[in-house]
Amino acid sequence: MTVPASPTVAAPSSTRASQGAPVSPLALGGYWLRTELRVILRRGTDVIAALVFFLMVTTLFPFAIGSQPELLRAVGPGVVWVAALLSVLLSQAHLFSDEWRDGSLEQWLMHAPWPLLAVYARIGAQWLTSGVAITLMAPLIALQYGLTAPSVAVLMLSLLLGTPVLCLLGALAAALTLGVRHASLLMALVMLPLAVPVLVFGAGAVGAWQAGIDPEAHLSLLGALLALAVPLLGGAILWALRISVQQ
Amino acid sequence: MLSPSAAAPALELHDVACIRGSNLLFRGVTLRLLPGQMLRVRGANGCGKSSLLRVMCGLLPAAHGQVLWHGQPMRGREGEASDLLYLGHQHGLREELSARENLDFAASLGGERPSQAAITQALVQAGLRASAEVPLRRLSQGQRRRCALARLPLARRQRLWILDEPFNALDAEGTEWLMSEMHGHLRRDGLVVFTSHQSLPIDATADLELAL
Repeated sequence: MTVPASPTVAAPSSTRASQGAPVSPLALGGYWLRTELRVILRRGTDVIAALVFFLMVTTLFPFAIGSQPELLRAVGPGVVWVAALLSVLLSQAHLFSDEWRDGSLEQWLMHAPWPLLAVYARIGAQWLTSGVAITLMAPLIALQYGLTAPSVAVLMLSLLLGTPVLCLLGALAAALTLGVRHASLLMALVMLPLAVPVLVFGAGAVGAWQAGIDPEAHLSLLGALLALAVPLLGGAILWALRISVQQ
Repeated sequence: MLSPSAAAPALELHDVACIRGSNLLFRGVTLRLLPGQMLRVRGANGCGKSSLLRVMCGLLPAAHGQVLWHGQPMRGREGEASDLLYLGHQHGLREELSARENLDFAASLGGERPSQAAITQALVQAGLRASAEVPLRRLSQGQRRRCALARLPLARRQRLWILDEPFNALDAEGTEWLMSEMHGHLRRDGLVVFTSHQSLPIDATADLELAL
């Protein structure tokens, strides 16, 4: 009674009835992020394979190295970071390729009022299911390497700042290699050299903490990389996607 | 006094040429399409029908000449292209989403969120009521085509419809519905460009025909 039924209100003009009201960029971005998450989760295998890979690599290292607590503590952060880097790369192998093949990529490049926002929504959803998931798994992994609670906190903070940059780099590599055969190998060649600074500062932050140095410098540099990567790589990804739909 | 539509032709192509790889697909395509008019592009497979449509909506750069929409170059206005609806050879639908979610997502790309009632109505018109909630990967080719075409009733605001082989994989009833949808759009002063390689009853009603 109190709520007017919108279909009957709009019924007199069929043109009105089928039109939605224009939506704000923020609401649209939120909707796109939810949709991308839904797509990624329903696709399932890519996400799970990448996370299982991360878990396996980090778990196998202590077995191979043996029970030398000092050595494990020293290599732990580096191993976690390398595994995180490769896991993100693995999860992004099909970041745009399905959309490129089924034609929805060209739809959003052409029609979306804020194409960059659509790119961020896609990468954001990818980051939530890879980078954030890895960060949440880190304390579990850290147990095997005997890391202390404060160094686990530094590790998680460095992963939280560093994995979005890795996701953006991976997305750029995925966009540049669209339509290429054996794209994943090429992706690794494009992305891995660019990811070295993230790896150095990320693993370095925990190393510094363990050596009794304030890790703030490392974390600040990671934050700076992130602040640079979001606009610059976002634009580059959009540009690479525009070129790929011209094929 | 000239009517506004006569003064400002809606879609204009001036001496457009297209090259893919090292092949010249077509050249010297010049035409002007006014509101309420329909253009049919026909030709054999591989003669560049799809490429012409992609050039028209600005996805592909023209090797020569230009495409104007209300006097403005079509290319380089991606994102502002909300008065354009392009249905490509691929459906542009996402396999993981259901027909309903796909329609909602496709409309959101035009910056709109249609009501669920409007989406249901479009799905019913396209004959997809029973399979609206099923992920698209479990639907048949014809049903996917119908889902892509269900965007049309939701695209009243888009003046220019560019449809690549819209009649492919459609049954007789679907063809009938699509033709009425296209004619309805023309009556609202919209513009329609479509390709087909088979002959259909709708061909006779096309205002312009371009043979590549």
